[in-house]
Amino acid sequence: MSTSSSNRGISRRGFLKGAGVTAAGAAIGESAVVAFAEESAPKGPKIVGPKPLSVSLKVNGAEKSAAIEPRTTLAEALRVNLDMTGTKIVCDRGACSACTVWIDGTPVNSCMTLAIDAQGKDIRTIEGLAMGDTLHPVQEQFIEHDAMQCGFCTPGMIMSCAALLEHNKNPSLDDVKTATSGNLCRCGTYPKVFDATLAAAKMMKA
Amino acid sequence: MNNFEWADAKSIDEAQSLMTDASAYKAGGVDLLDLMKEHIAAPKRIVNIRNLQGFDQIKEDGGVLHLGPLLTLAQIADDKTIRSKWSAIADAAANAATPQIRNMATLGGNLLQRPRCWYFRNELFPCRKKGGEICYAQQGENQYHAIFNNQLCAIVHPSALACALVAHGAKLELSGAKNQKREVLLEEFLTLPSVDLHRENSIQSGELITDIRVPTPRADAKSIYIKQGEKESFDWPIAEIAMVLTMDGETCKSASIVLGAAAPVPHRATEAEQAITGKKVDEQSAGAAAKAALATATPLALNGYKLALFENLLTRTLLQAKGNA
Ligand SMILES: Cc1cc2nc3c(=O)[nH]c(=O)nc-3n(C[C@H](O)[C@H](O)[C@H](O)COP(=O)(O)OP(=O)(O)OC[C@H]3O[C@@H](n4cnc5c(N)ncnc54)[C@H](O)[C@@H]3O)c2cc1C
Ligand code: FES
Ligand code: FES
Repeated sequence: MSTSSSNRGISRRGFLKGAGVTAAGAAIGESAVVAFAEESAPKGPKIVGPKPLSVSLKVNGAEKSAAIEPRTTLAEALRVNLDMTGTKIVCDRGACSACTVWIDGTPVNSCMTLAIDAQGKDIRTIEGLAMGDTLHPVQEQFIEHDAMQCGFCTPGMIMSCAALLEHNKNPSLDDVKTATSGNLCRCGTYPKVFDATLAAAKMMKA
Repeated sequence: MNNFEWADAKSIDEAQSLMTDASAYKAGGVDLLDLMKEHIAAPKRIVNIRNLQGFDQIKEDGGVLHLGPLLTLAQIADDKTIRSKWSAIADAAANAATPQIRNMATLGGNLLQRPRCWYFRNELFPCRKKGGEICYAQQGENQYHAIFNNQLCAIVHPSALACALVAHGAKLELSGAKNQKREVLLEEFLTLPSVDLHRENSIQSGELITDIRVPTPRADAKSIYIKQGEKESFDWPIAEIAMVLTMDGETCKSASIVLGAAAPVPHRATEAEQAITGKKVDEQSAGAAAKAALATATPLALNGYKLALFENLLTRTLLQAKGNA
């Protein structure tokens, strides 16, 4: 699997600057990085849990840590432990994609990922898509095209559409449909989602 | 979800040494977490095999395609080698689940996932598969259940990859303790409820799938997979078909035909294979083969529609194979 830290050509440093709002999280994270480095050194198989343990997660470029049980999903860790409620939980079974985040640049269901299993990986959530005050083109076009109604599916939908544009600069309508085929929107906003994503693709090329 | 111990295995030996009867291996974790959230599985320890190195290979060697068990469905769907001669396998992966799940789900986990029968997945129904007395699907909501071999327990085998791999005559390499390896035909590894009501295969405790081996089909073979869901965007299949056909002009020389979402195992349509082999493939012979395939079906109250569906899909797929010849 590729580790694509160079997504969208943003340097890690530049990205951290852009994500300045999470500076407090980053500061807590620094001691956690050290703890994690020590933890990953043991010789024999290491068994942890079921008690809570310190888990370090790199979220939107910032190192964060939380004391959680191994059964905690990434979606729960983000929302409950790290106070990042942009990622939504709807079905909690991998069937609706509302909880979509990127791990090492790849969209996955955070409700079916254990937080402990996401250590050492590059996690990107909806909170980390904008560059400071500058929205991601997909976010901007979602607003422009009014591509949401209740908005509950929207963070996951945007993470799917933005991931598509990372890998495909000239998506067809069918490509957008495939990329969002797992994202259920019960308000039925799909046509506007498709338009917004195609417009964002144009914008990113310009 | 119950709480558990967690261990991240760095090698096969380590994974197996961490394994106990109350433990479970985790690859992508998609099926395991689902079963745990529904209280159908409650392992005391999870042994993570996702980070084992060297088990995501795609390599053709001496007439055999080797697929690593940790390949994701997305990797299988996107691979040019697989698509070149084993397109049924690539298409099965490309059409399974959602893009997100395909990024997480592994080949090994896909083959070993438990059935999706809603009585099995619901802890309130102590069904036969879970050690109870009753198969609730027999009298219940059985529109998505099996039309073959459905008397004891009417699950359909959930794995799209199994459907395509059985059509291709794939074998599994299984590694047990002390590096003991065995090779078994996938078709024989997957078992009917009459063999073991409580499991869908013959994996031994602690064993790992370490390689999936698919024979290279003849250069002129057609490898096809089609899936029918109830809706166009992602869905479980209500019918799926994988076939590998070799043709001599318009005449079928050999056929391997498998129906998915039809039986508790990927269902080998031997009657159809016999009916079409040696025949010129046209609407009449394809239709007759499809009829033969369904002749032994034993539909339940609500899944009779699957007979017409499979018959049409099978006819169409045979004609499509000929069209590509
Ligand atoms: C919304 C949704 C839709 C879906 N639609 C489809 C579909 O259309 N078609 C389809 O085929 N599937 C579908 N699936 C199922 C999905 O593909 C499987 O759950 C997934 O492939 C399981 O793989 P995994 O790696 O996550 O398995 P895990 O959950 O990690 O493992 C499953 C089981 O296999 C065992 N295991 C895994 N790897 C090995 C190994 N190498 N050796 C020994 N044991 C091993 C584990 O111990 C566990 O018991 C769908 C799932 C969801 C959530
Ligand atoms: S909440 Fe994760 S897929 Fe629905
Ligand atoms: S906008 Fe309401 S669910 Fe999509």
